[in-house]
Amino acid sequence: MRNLKLIIIREYLARVRNKTFMIMTFLSPIIMVGMVVLIAYLSSLNSDENKIVAIYDESETFFSEFSSDEDISYFDFSDMPLEAAIDSVDKKDYYGLLFFPNSTDNQYLAKHTEFFANKAPGISFINQIENKISSVLTEKELQRRGVDLNAINQAKTEVNLQIENFSGEETSKLSNYVKMFFGGAAGYLLMMFIIIYGNMVMRSVIEEKTNRIIEIIISSVKPIQLMIGKILGTSFAGITQFAIWIVFGSILLFVVTGIFGVDISSSTPVPATQLDAGSQDEIRKLLTDIVHLPLAKIIGCFLIYFIGGYFLYSSVYAAIGAAVDSETDTQQFMFPIIIPLMLGIYVGFFSVIDNPHGMVSTIFSYIPLTSPVVMLMRIPFGVAWWEILLSILILVLSIFALVWIAAKIYRVGILMYGKKPSYKELYRWLKY
Amino acid sequence: MQNLLVADKVSKNYGDFRALNQLSIEVPKQSIFGILGPNGAGKTTFIRIVNQITMPDEGKILLDGEPLQPEHIQYIGYLPEERGLYKSMKVGEQVLYLAQLKGLSKKEATKRLKYWFERLEIGDWWNKKIQELSKGMAQKIQFIVTVLHQPKLLIFDEPFSGFDPVNANLIRDEILKLREDGATILFSTHRMESVEELCDYMALIHKSNKLLDGKVSSIKKKFKSNTYQVGVEVENEEYFLQQAKEKFNIEPTFFHSIHQDLQVNIQIAEQYSQNDLLAFLMNHGRINHFVEVVPSVNDIFIKTIQSHA
Repeated sequence: MRNLKLIIIREYLARVRNKTFMIMTFLSPIIMVGMVVLIAYLSSLNSDENKIVAIYDESETFFSEFSSDEDISYFDFSDMPLEAAIDSVDKKDYYGLLFFPNSTDNQYLAKHTEFFANKAPGISFINQIENKISSVLTEKELQRRGVDLNAINQAKTEVNLQIENFSGEETSKLSNYVKMFFGGAAGYLLMMFIIIYGNMVMRSVIEEKTNRIIEIIISSVKPIQLMIGKILGTSFAGITQFAIWIVFGSILLFVVTGIFGVDISSSTPVPATQLDAGSQDEIRKLLTDIVHLPLAKIIGCFLIYFIGGYFLYSSVYAAIGAAVDSETDTQQFMFPIIIPLMLGIYVGFFSVIDNPHGMVSTIFSYIPLTSPVVMLMRIPFGVAWWEILLSILILVLSIFALVWIAAKIYRVGILMYGKKPSYKELYRWLKY
Repeated sequence: MQNLLVADKVSKNYGDFRALNQLSIEVPKQSIFGILGPNGAGKTTFIRIVNQITMPDEGKILLDGEPLQPEHIQYIGYLPEERGLYKSMKVGEQVLYLAQLKGLSKKEATKRLKYWFERLEIGDWWNKKIQELSKGMAQKIQFIVTVLHQPKLLIFDEPFSGFDPVNANLIRDEILKLREDGATILFSTHRMESVEELCDYMALIHKSNKLLDGKVSSIKKKFKSNTYQVGVEVENEEYFLQQAKEKFNIEPTFFHSIHQDLQVNIQIAEQYSQNDLLAFLMNHGRINHFVEVVPSVNDIFIKTIQSHA
């Protein structure tokens, strides 16, 4: 136990003192915050920009329908020849020119209205213009056919389906998105952590092997002790890094928003004050939903699956590190790690979100290599305790089995030089 | 208890390959014991078994009379053939870490390390990283790591390979001093001259089997061929050689001499003693040089391996 502690401390310090680690730890939050600020700033710039659009209306019925707003200003250019209008728009550097041909046939207008522009206009702009024209034409067509517009407007009925769960609590329609977000974020974070820190474990094993210090160390400690110490030490370094990210990142975000006065919430589409009563009701329900999520369960399970998944995979990483002589040789063994992780993420994003308690989701939340990711994504949708316990039990048993197998490969591998082992070779090592 | 280390019929297989076959040796206390053998003979396998890096499939190892167990690692100091240290770790920190793994307290390890740093005059290395040191400097650190916990049994795998001559001499002197202080030294090598120079005992391993072992002097005695290197001044060389060949086996030889003498190796048969040879020589001329030809370890090594081929 004393030796294990020594190893954990050394591995922890070796990770934390590493220059790349320090740079990553302190630079990442700066980059992240910088990006958020930049995006917020750019999008505020973007929305400030006023597009000027010229309208050339031969039919003389459309211009009155287009009223300028804060995004787009419309000017009537119909009193000059079309060529002169286009030329003038080009010279004045307007956004473009909207051309309506002289016709009373709404179908003809729908097909032959044109937009002239130097640069291709954005999709959202095109949609906006198209919707506008479409609604004007539809109204005109309805009037032409003698339909009473007022009657139609009065007859319009808006439906807002109220969703309740069986215990009678109202839930938001956004509820599923909230659950998806929480589950997806947890699963994705887990995968990133496994890949980043698993790689660190692997590199550290390779380093010991290429430095040839390994034989001195294992004449003092058991290889499995060294392996477990390495995995634990590295995981503590990871936790340290996360903690620093969260603290440093939030301080930075707070400070930067204070200094630059960039209102980050403004990048959300609709400010809360402008919401009508119905939407406010939605938000209230949404907040209730978040509060009613099994948060304690999510956080508890996140920690368990986080640690479990990391242990499971990093022991494989350690075994791979022991089997090869250099990092370039590791590629062929990466499949057993990357495939189940990707599978977990894909099953999570496609199957769980579609049908959280379906057969595929359920099975993958039991398979130990995918269960950390998939189960984490399922939990916000409500999973029975016994299912979680069973999945954790399988995970824990697999960790013991896999650590045992990994330790065997590790024990043999760290003393093997100059061989590029195949899977067959690794299998033989299990029997040494 | 006379022997510090006893191996009793130790065998080890790697898959179908038998790396060590029923090896038995006894290493007396305070001796320097050399394990000889060509590359791939099984030396390193045996040393790893003693270090408990690998477990033997059969047989047992006794250290100071007790079956080998994990606690024994603190009594063993090991300098592997493949040497290395953490490159980006500071010297002082690194040695303390490795010494603590061997069971020393941090305080005790620090004290001893300071002593060694003073002794080898490398005090200012404490905060240097290994990657900043030259190879020779790193080798000194490596040696300190091996001996810092004052082990009863020191194991050196090819101790002189990779060391520059200055360091090799330093290590040799330190090894002899450690033996004087009570340590027992086991070393494995395929360099015969170092065995000649240092070892009291030796064992010869070839293709996983032990071919011979024992005291170096008795092995040499066993391998001597009753041959003497002789330098005589005689009046008639042809007559002398003719006479000599009737009684002995004669081969020409060469050594540096200030005299103009006839230089030959003379092997005498069982029924004669060296006094008979001396008497014969005195009758024929003036003896300038008379030395028994003692087989070198190298000769014994090659001879033994050839006879088992």
